[in-house]
Amino acid sequence: MKSDIILSGVGGQGILSIAATIGTAALQSGLYMKQSEVHGMSQRGGDVSSNMRISDKPIASDLIPKGKADVIISVEPMEALRYISYLKPDGWLITNSKPFNNIPNYPDIEEIYKEIKKVKNHIIVDADAIAKELKSIRSSNIVMLGAASPYIDMDYESFKKALKTIFGAKGQDIVDKNILALDKGREFTLSQK
Amino acid sequence: MDKLLLLGDEAIGQAAIDAGLSGVYAYPGTPSTEITEYIQKNKVAKEKGIHSEWAANEKTAMEAAIGMSYAGKRSMVCMKHVGLNVAADAFMNSAITGVNGGMLVVVADDPSMHSSQNEQDSRYFADFALIPILEPSNQQEAYDMIYDGFELSEKFNTPILVRITTRLAHSRAGILRKSPKEENKNSLPTNLKQFVLLPSIARKNYKVLIGNQVHFEKASEESTYNKYIDGKDKSLGIIAAGISYNYLLENYEDGNVPYPVVKIGQYPLPSDMIRKLYEECDEILILEDGYPFIENKMTGVLGDKKIKGRLTGDLPRDGELNPNHVAVALGLEKAKEDYVAEVIAPRPPALCPGCGHTDVFLALNEVMADYGPGRVFSDIGCYTLAALPPLNAINTCVDMGASIPMAKGAADAGMKHVVAFIGDSTFTHSGMTGLLDCVYEKTPITVIISDNDTTGMTGGQASHAEHVLHQICKGLGVEEEHIRSFIPLRKNHDEAVKILKEEIEYEGVSVIIPHRECVRTLERKNKMKIKAKKIN
Ligand SMILES: Cc1ncc(C[n+]2csc(CCOP(=O)(O)OP(=O)(O)O)c2C)c(N)n1
Ligand code: SF4
Repeated sequence: MKSDIILSGVGGQGILSIAATIGTAALQSGLYMKQSEVHGMSQRGGDVSSNMRISDKPIASDLIPKGKADVIISVEPMEALRYISYLKPDGWLITNSKPFNNIPNYPDIEEIYKEIKKVKNHIIVDADAIAKELKSIRSSNIVMLGAASPYIDMDYESFKKALKTIFGAKGQDIVDKNILALDKGREFTLSQK
Repeated sequence: MDKLLLLGDEAIGQAAIDAGLSGVYAYPGTPSTEITEYIQKNKVAKEKGIHSEWAANEKTAMEAAIGMSYAGKRSMVCMKHVGLNVAADAFMNSAITGVNGGMLVVVADDPSMHSSQNEQDSRYFADFALIPILEPSNQQEAYDMIYDGFELSEKFNTPILVRITTRLAHSRAGILRKSPKEENKNSLPTNLKQFVLLPSIARKNYKVLIGNQVHFEKASEESTYNKYIDGKDKSLGIIAAGISYNYLLENYEDGNVPYPVVKIGQYPLPSDMIRKLYEECDEILILEDGYPFIENKMTGVLGDKKIKGRLTGDLPRDGELNPNHVAVALGLEKAKEDYVAEVIAPRPPALCPGCGHTDVFLALNEVMADYGPGRVFSDIGCYTLAALPPLNAINTCVDMGASIPMAKGAADAGMKHVVAFIGDSTFTHSGMTGLLDCVYEKTPITVIISDNDTTGMTGGQASHAEHVLHQICKGLGVEEEHIRSFIPLRKNHDEAVKILKEEIEYEGVSVIIPHRECVRTLERKNKMKIKAKKIN
């Protein structure tokens, strides 16, 4: 198996918690993985992205070649479009619908949705609304991961196990909330089929 | 042992601890910062008392590492590529002294300038200093090279430069550790004059270094990090250095490259291996991230076979390599531009909402409007973002510490009302000597040290300047009544404008120290406090 995933968003939105969950799941499943990101700046608000590669064979490049990504997971709709050249023709684009508007020239959101809908396989999720319903706004990232999970070639249970590892120290309540967020995200995608 | 999921930087930190390190010396700089941070946080390193405090700058870091090596222990010094410029004097001369305890100089280059002023290639520095280089192709190799590197350094009595790039530094992979080694015991150099670079001694040491070159090269020929991997198709031979080797493998199913390949991980270059490749193949393609270092060495020296690389346009002349560039050079795909939908707007990083620098700039912009544009000489830190809209407040950023001497030079040239804008950490890194020049000549200049109690740009490391800026300026000879301060908040705007105006009008050296903690650092500290409370 192999899953090449691009994560994108805005600095401070916490795409790294998605990366950490996938990465932990991969390692716990005995898979190879590489996760590359450019970071090191404290200031927030710039665009950020990360390349995640999971495979049952050793992985050569830290970077996903253009046109080879299986999935793009974006926590922000405009950022979903920035790396579109990396998505393979039948790859999936899964994005949060809620814009993060911190620039003076943020485009018309309808134009962005229009562009997203040009991608053959796309899912637009209102992850913030789902997270709000669950009374845990901060797990909207995990909702996104849940929404993308049907297209990641990994055992779904392994993500739950990873969430237990990552959030275990913060108490069972937080673990449960995140697992619920993961399930709700997945349900949303499956209901779209 | 289970694999650890580590960044390339963290793998280096872990390897050094496992290899019997006694001290890491560093000044923060992306993408090298996480090496030292890893050692600072590591439990075993803490228990063993491995030195890991930040240094004031890369030069003091390098010198302390040389001192630790003198005392017989294993030391490591880490920096970003431009840091090596600052440390260059110590670095070049450490090649002449040689080492006692093993010493590794880890330098993180930043091709594509993700967060740097240039993309200089540190391999040239090691070549210049005549010392070996280790250049890992992946995170595991980074671990292994550091783990073995100290012994290599001790065996050959030389510092070794370990060259990494952003991609390797900031990418995570599973790492297999090796069993921990003991630290060296203290010991003096066998020859107590080894580190005395008087000309008479330096000449001898230099001859030893020159004599060692053949041994360095032999070690490269025999190194497990350099490999000749045969291939059936001799129409092309490939030299792949460091991380570019992965981009080559990426382009072939299961990494089965049809051409002969020389994989490079240790320098000086293994000439025999390269000569063999050159003789067997019709053309040579050179893959290296950074400058065309190997290509430059080969081109024009070895007969007239075609050598392809960054100089010939087969690969881009600048910027970070990637699997697609390599595929194009191999003729496997055509070069194509990225598709970027027209609706996408750029989203550059900006100063955080609530950042104190912004309040200083708002006041400064108001004052400078009276004097005309182009007078604010600045430096490197978060505040450099003020060069962009909406603030458009600064006119220069060249290298750390340059703001004050550049403003002085402009004042010497007759420019009036010049201002230098520098951060607290940059001031103690390399701003102090420039200020001393101004005091010495009574230059009419206003220096703003925007103090946020931290090294914000690189993630909020401790700053040597904390609580001592006023004293330092006074000690350097700035008149007490011209060392001013204010708290950069919206409500203090008028006070700030008044102070700035008064000091810019003063025809001598003034220092203004606006002081308010970085909001990110404050946030992190508060989070840690809450965490600590929960545990108690
Ligand atoms: C020689 C060198 N070393 C390190 C760096 C990386 N670097 C850039 S700015 C900076 C420190 C900035 O701290 P400060 O001046 O206090 O400003 P702040 O970011 O906190 O506003 C560092 C470490 C560099 N660019 N050049
Ligand atoms: S990290 Fe700190 S210094 Fe840098 S922009 Fe943010 S608040 Fe300002």
